[in-house]
This record gives sequence, structure tokens and C-alpha cells, in this order.
Amino acid sequence: MYLTLDEERALEGEYGETVRKSMEILVALGKIYSADRLIEVESVQISGISYRNIGDPGIEWLESLNARVRVPTLINPAGMDIHRWQDMGITEEFARKQMRILNALKKIGAKPELTCTPYYILKPSKGDHLAWSESSAVIYANSVIGARTNREGGPSAIASALTGKTPRYGMHIRENRAPDVIVDVNLKLKSHEYSLLGYMIGEEVGDRIPLFIMKGRPSEEDMKSLGAGLASTGGIPMFHVKDVTPESNEFDMPKERMVVENLENPQGCEDPDLIAIGCPHLSGRELKKISNLLNRKVKKELWIFTSRYVRNRIPEVIRKIEMSGARVYTDTCMVVSPATERFGCVMVNSGKALCYLPKLSGLRVKFGSLEECVEEAMK
Amino acid sequence: MILRGRVLVKGVAEGEAVVSRKRISFLGDIDPETGEVTDRNSDISGESVSGKILVFPGGRGSTVGSYIIYRMKKNSTAPLAIINDVSEPIIAVGAVIAEIPLMDSLRDDSGKRVDPSSVISSGDHVHVNSNEGWLNIER
Repeated sequence: MYLTLDEERALEGEYGETVRKSMEILVALGKIYSADRLIEVESVQISGISYRNIGDPGIEWLESLNARVRVPTLINPAGMDIHRWQDMGITEEFARKQMRILNALKKIGAKPELTCTPYYILKPSKGDHLAWSESSAVIYANSVIGARTNREGGPSAIASALTGKTPRYGMHIRENRAPDVIVDVNLKLKSHEYSLLGYMIGEEVGDRIPLFIMKGRPSEEDMKSLGAGLASTGGIPMFHVKDVTPESNEFDMPKERMVVENLENPQGCEDPDLIAIGCPHLSGRELKKISNLLNRKVKKELWIFTSRYVRNRIPEVIRKIEMSGARVYTDTCMVVSPATERFGCVMVNSGKALCYLPKLSGLRVKFGSLEECVEEAMK
Repeated sequence: MILRGRVLVKGVAEGEAVVSRKRISFLGDIDPETGEVTDRNSDISGESVSGKILVFPGGRGSTVGSYIIYRMKKNSTAPLAIINDVSEPIIAVGAVIAEIPLMDSLRDDSGKRVDPSSVISSGDHVHVNSNEGWLNIER
């Protein structure tokens, strides 16, 4: 692997021990994936920062870091809302450990924007190289925006933040972004069904990049849900939607073809005690839609997840939602927070939540549209 | 016997080998407080990797495994060096942050690729030079 003189110096330790190790991580990954060199990244998103996932060993490593980020760096959702954790039923012990993780990240210069939708804040462009971590953000950046990022692990994303570089392999190379299989969707999908489609065919698609041929034109939010579902049950960092996503017409049509004729609505339970919306984090447009649907008080717990950045830009909408008794949480999400564990049956409109809530929190899950979720909460 | 390998993390170590033919997840398969392999399905179940040259095909499972390797180093329960057939990011990142020498893709003196779990046996004395990219196996 070719390194510039400056990269060699970093690897020799000239910029300190933390930068040396960061460079060593990037070079080791570059060797494993046969990268020819390092390239510069525009931004970084760091995952693996919920105390529930990384525990004390993760804290120890993060607190050992002694360098500053070179590019804009955001963070994936943590295990709790950093202001309203008590409200969520998070223990003080957990909150203390979670704050140690966030403080260590702040110390290296990461922005305390904890979200799985960094594209609403950083707004990357087509062709930009990134080092993002969260699977749904990675698949959105590659597919819907046409930016280029592999799915980084926590330490490799931090290594990229502290050096501004990533090894050139995988999704950074044009040929690797070509579709492998056509997925003909013979159905007109409603919004929440894009999420279900992703959830249902992720496993079948496996590590092949699909090119969807759709009956209708999905919105950006529909593709956000589709990608999140796909990335949760499958392993892919990219999809194309013919004539919709920016690179969908840049490659030859694949020979392999799958057809989707119907979608089954999986029902794990009937009577939810929590309704959770916002996996991935909601856009301003989605929050406005929810505020319009909430025309009376909620009778069940309704938790809504977005980024602090989006929340702070639409205070009136948020006030109206919370007047109904629903809660709008930021910095966290239903998948990484232990707060949902005390419930039995959760209703969601997210294929990603459908995949992870039973696995990570032992919950049963009911699936429905956004409208059905809000209606259930007010019933 | 001397083998050459690809250096992923530099360093030098010498000690007794413990060899598995199965992939290892440091999250769940190994107790980081003692270094003992606790996975009952492992072919080295009950053995300790602490202070040994750990040889196995490659990593699997959660990326948290990288942090577990780091914790083992802090606890003084980590292996002295790791030899993989083909390494992957979880092990490689863990070895970098824990400063544990790591090599993979071994070749014999004719240049032929060899599987480290076949040519190295538990109990062999192994000298790992991951600065220069070779290891010496003594029986």
C-alpha cells in the first residue's frame, strides 16, 4: 500500500501516539482489503458509542485518545437522551457511564450531534468520500446521495476522524457500486411498506447490490426506511432504484432478477404498551406529519425519536406533538437504548426496529403504518 | 520451521502456542478477566490464551470484540501475539489498539500459502517477529 511522506511520518509516531495508532488501524484495514492507498474524507460518523454495546472496555479506550479530529465528525445515537434520561427510565449508573463516553468523544472534537441521520446535518454531495459507521446512514449516503462510504467500525471511524483519511477499497471504488441483481417490485408500495420490503428481502439479497424497479416514485424518506430495513437483515451498503437514485443508470443492467409479488405483514403481538416512531431518526417533514395526525391526547406511551438538530429547528411542531402527551426524544433511539426493555409489545413502522427490537431488547413487535401507529396511541 | 507472513501489527513475542481451528469472537468466547476460553463449542474450550501465541483462522461476531482485546491487555490476560490464517477488521483493530503483534497469510520457504492452524500445534514454542514478518516454530 502506497503512503505519502506525511502518512509515513504519522505511522512513525511523529504526530503522537493516538495518531500513530489511528494510522496503524487504517493501514491494517487497507492491507486486509487490498487498498492501494489512503484517500481524504469529507466527514466522519462514529458508531459503537452506546454504553449498552461497548461497556467499560470501550470507555477505557475512548478515554485514552489524545488527538483532535481533522474533519467534521458526528456521533451515532447513544443509549439515552442526554437531558431527559431520567424521564426514559434510565438508571443513574448507566447515565454516568454514557456521559463518560460522550465526554471522551467531545474531547477529541466530535460534535455532540448523536444521530443515525447525519445527512440532515452534514449534507454531503455526490462523489464525496466519507467514513460513516451506522448501517442505515451508510446505505443512505451511498444510495440516495451518491456519496461514497464503507461501513466503518467504531475505532476505524475514529481513526479516520483523527487523520482525515480512509483506505481506498469497497464502496470508494466505482466498479464496486454496480448493481448485482434486479428486484422487480410488482406492487404499488405505501410509505411504511418500503421499510417492510427492505426488512423482508435483505436476507435474500445478502451481499448483492440490488437495483429496484418500482411501480411508484419513492420519496427520500421512503428510501431512508427501505435502506435501513435492507441493511438490518442483509449485509449491503448500497442499493439503486431505477430512474430515482443518482447512480441507477450509470451501470449495465444485471442479469440476475428477483420478483416481489406481495409483502406479508409480520405481527409479533396484538396489544402494544409502547408505540415507537423514528428508526431511523425522523426528518422535519415526518415530524410535521405526525403533529398533524395527533389531533387528540394519546392514551398509550408514544415515543418519537429524532436528532437534536432537527428538533431545535421546529420548536412549534415539537410543542404540538408533546401537548398530546407523546414524548420527542433526541440523542438516542429505540434500538440502542435499554429504555424500551421494560415494555412487552411495541408497535413500530420501521423494518429496522422489527429486526432489532426482538433480538436486542427481547420485545415482541407489531408493525403498521405511521398513521396506524399514531391512531393506536390515541385509541 | 520458519514461515513468513503479512504484518498487520508490528512487534516481537516469544512463547507457547495455543491453536484453534475455529473462528473466535472475543465477545462471548473468552473471559477477559482470566483469558480462559469459555465457549463450550470451541476446540480449545477451558484453555487460557493469556501470555500465549494465539493461533486461529480469523475473527467472527461483534465488533465489540476489538475493545475486549484492549481490555484483556489492560488486565494482563491478553495473548502475547496473534497469528491468523486471514485476519479481519475486528481482530486487526483490537490488536492495533492493544498493541499485540499480529500476522496473517503465512507462507513456507517455497512461497506456498500454509494454514497456521495446521502447521502449528498447541504447546509448540513459537518466536514471532512481526517487525520483519516471520515466525519460527520449535517443537
